[in-house]
Amino acid sequence: MKRLMTKLAAFSAAALIGGGALADDPMKVGFVYVGPVGDHGWTYEHDQGRLAVEKAFGDKVKTTYVENVSEGPDATRVIQQLARSGHDMIFTTSFGFMNPTLKVAKTFPKVKFEHATGFKRAANVSTYSARFYEGRTVIGLIAGKMTKSNTIGYIASFPIPEVVRGINAAYLAAKSVNPDVKMKIVWVNTWFDPGKEADAAKALIDQGADILMQHTDSPAAMQIAEERGIMAFGQASDMVKFGPNAQLTSIIDDWAPYYIARVQAAMDGTWKSQDTWDGIKQGMVAMADFSHKIPTDVQAMAQKAVDDIVAGTRHSFTGPINKQDGSPWLKAGETASDGDLASMNFYVEGVDGALPK
Amino acid sequence: MDLLQAILQGVIVASTPLVFAAIGEVVAERSGVLNLGVEGMMIMGAIAGFAVTLDSGSYFAGVIAAALAGAAAATVFGLLTQYLMSNQVATGLALTIFGLGVAALIGQGYSGETTPPLPVLPIPLLSDIPFIGPILFAHDPLVYLSVILVFGVAWFLSRTRAGLILKAVGDNHDAAHAIGYRVVLVRMAAIAFGGASAGLGGAYLSIVQTPLWVENMTAGRGWIALAIVVFSAWRPARALMGAYLFGGVTLIQLHIQGLGVEIEAQYLSMLPYLVTIIVLAVISHDKARAKLNAPACLGRSFYASS
Repeated sequence: MKRLMTKLAAFSAAALIGGGALADDPMKVGFVYVGPVGDHGWTYEHDQGRLAVEKAFGDKVKTTYVENVSEGPDATRVIQQLARSGHDMIFTTSFGFMNPTLKVAKTFPKVKFEHATGFKRAANVSTYSARFYEGRTVIGLIAGKMTKSNTIGYIASFPIPEVVRGINAAYLAAKSVNPDVKMKIVWVNTWFDPGKEADAAKALIDQGADILMQHTDSPAAMQIAEERGIMAFGQASDMVKFGPNAQLTSIIDDWAPYYIARVQAAMDGTWKSQDTWDGIKQGMVAMADFSHKIPTDVQAMAQKAVDDIVAGTRHSFTGPINKQDGSPWLKAGETASDGDLASMNFYVEGVDGALPK
Repeated sequence: MDLLQAILQGVIVASTPLVFAAIGEVVAERSGVLNLGVEGMMIMGAIAGFAVTLDSGSYFAGVIAAALAGAAAATVFGLLTQYLMSNQVATGLALTIFGLGVAALIGQGYSGETTPPLPVLPIPLLSDIPFIGPILFAHDPLVYLSVILVFGVAWFLSRTRAGLILKAVGDNHDAAHAIGYRVVLVRMAAIAFGGASAGLGGAYLSIVQTPLWVENMTAGRGWIALAIVVFSAWRPARALMGAYLFGGVTLIQLHIQGLGVEIEAQYLSMLPYLVTIIVLAVISHDKARAKLNAPACLGRSFYASS
């Protein structure tokens, strides 16, 4: 109800202010979401970023959001509407909004656009994404140390580079502290289907996994882990509420610092089109509090990994690393380039099973 | 419990929402009403069941609320199609879209909450039978209810006067009307039952399988239930089998992946749908027989002529 009220308030305010923006008017920032703000994952965290912008700038900004926008023609219409109603800056937060964003950006050259996870830019369109794989390295280390059955269950969504990168990063980290570790991977071919995610979690547990990782959006797997008394890692946002005993930590997407910095840049007149791919160091990827169930030495090891990633002395993909088929990929000491990471379409050596194409 | 047992027990859990939704739709369609709003009614049941369970702390109240919510949504459909003569296909589709939206609105304050799952209630003695005991007789009460409902409906449709009237209305509403049966009332009751049952299916998802509320959590199960009804040739026991078959293939493909069998995951994801299509094709290859099974007045509006 409260959300509805704020929405209505934002709507009527927009209607009152209209098009003619005065110099001391608040800056208007719009957000376009692919899912509901209550998804506990992707969209929820983007909305947290929006709220942080409101908090940081107070009455100097006015934010609006539109949720559940499907990728395609609908997105063009929504983005256009936001641009037309006097928004100075618009964040579009799904890969499929890429072309609609560019299309609208062309007709509104004065509006600044920010598109998440895309790769096409323009003079007034920036792109940004997060290095989630750095978080996977941290949870991989913890999992390698904590598993008793030496079997980690991984619920994967779609075989795109981002997901494959996560699996490889987690596996390499787990393997580095536990040479016997095995990873069982189940592809559910959906980002979001709580029932199916729960079924996948049960299947993995029944097959001996005692620790779960997921790259899907609902907290269903965390609940199953709690119910069955095993351990799990949350995804995209802190899921401790759904697994108070099960959650060891979560990889949290934190868009707030980036959103605040970009709005600030726009206010200062220093905003320019750029591509950002930030990780733990910049705070775009964060770890939830470590569970007290993690022994202190393992916590210290995980924290050191975080610190080393921040310091730049640890990279998730540091050679020697072979591909699954045994062919060499990285030489000793060599780290993967961003280009390699962005297009990763193979498992590293030691991961079982065939990667779906 | 060994792996096979775990898989088979899991199949029953994963299939139960489909059993509820399909058996409700069997009754509605047997009365001659094609309600494509199963998904919408399920999601209404899911949010109502979860919200009431969370607020009252009573599973019983939650389950009742889910059935009522599903029935209420179905009654709206019934009023539109039976009294205002709107097109059943279009109204059913609208009900799905409407249900998803209303449930999301009601659910705004409930996302992020969770309840403990419904406890398992093993049936004494029966659950001690080696191997099949834990598979069949160590479930939560709603699983038993779903099976009882299926056999109750089978008995109702074939052995009771009211059931025969319902089928008569579905097969020839003009004749049923001429004899003096209240066609519209019978259909309204069948629609409401279908809605209540779909609501229970939704509640099974939101308070048993994954005790939480997230938008769109039924994720297409209502449509699968509709396919199962055709698959079952409108027979309750076959609908139960169809639901278990679909749920089974879905779950087994996840296990196959975990076991490291080298088949592309996308093929495995297709499998449940593929099996459904094949069985549908096999069942309906004999057109005369397929026609014999389908309620003759399915989807047709009834206008009282006198």
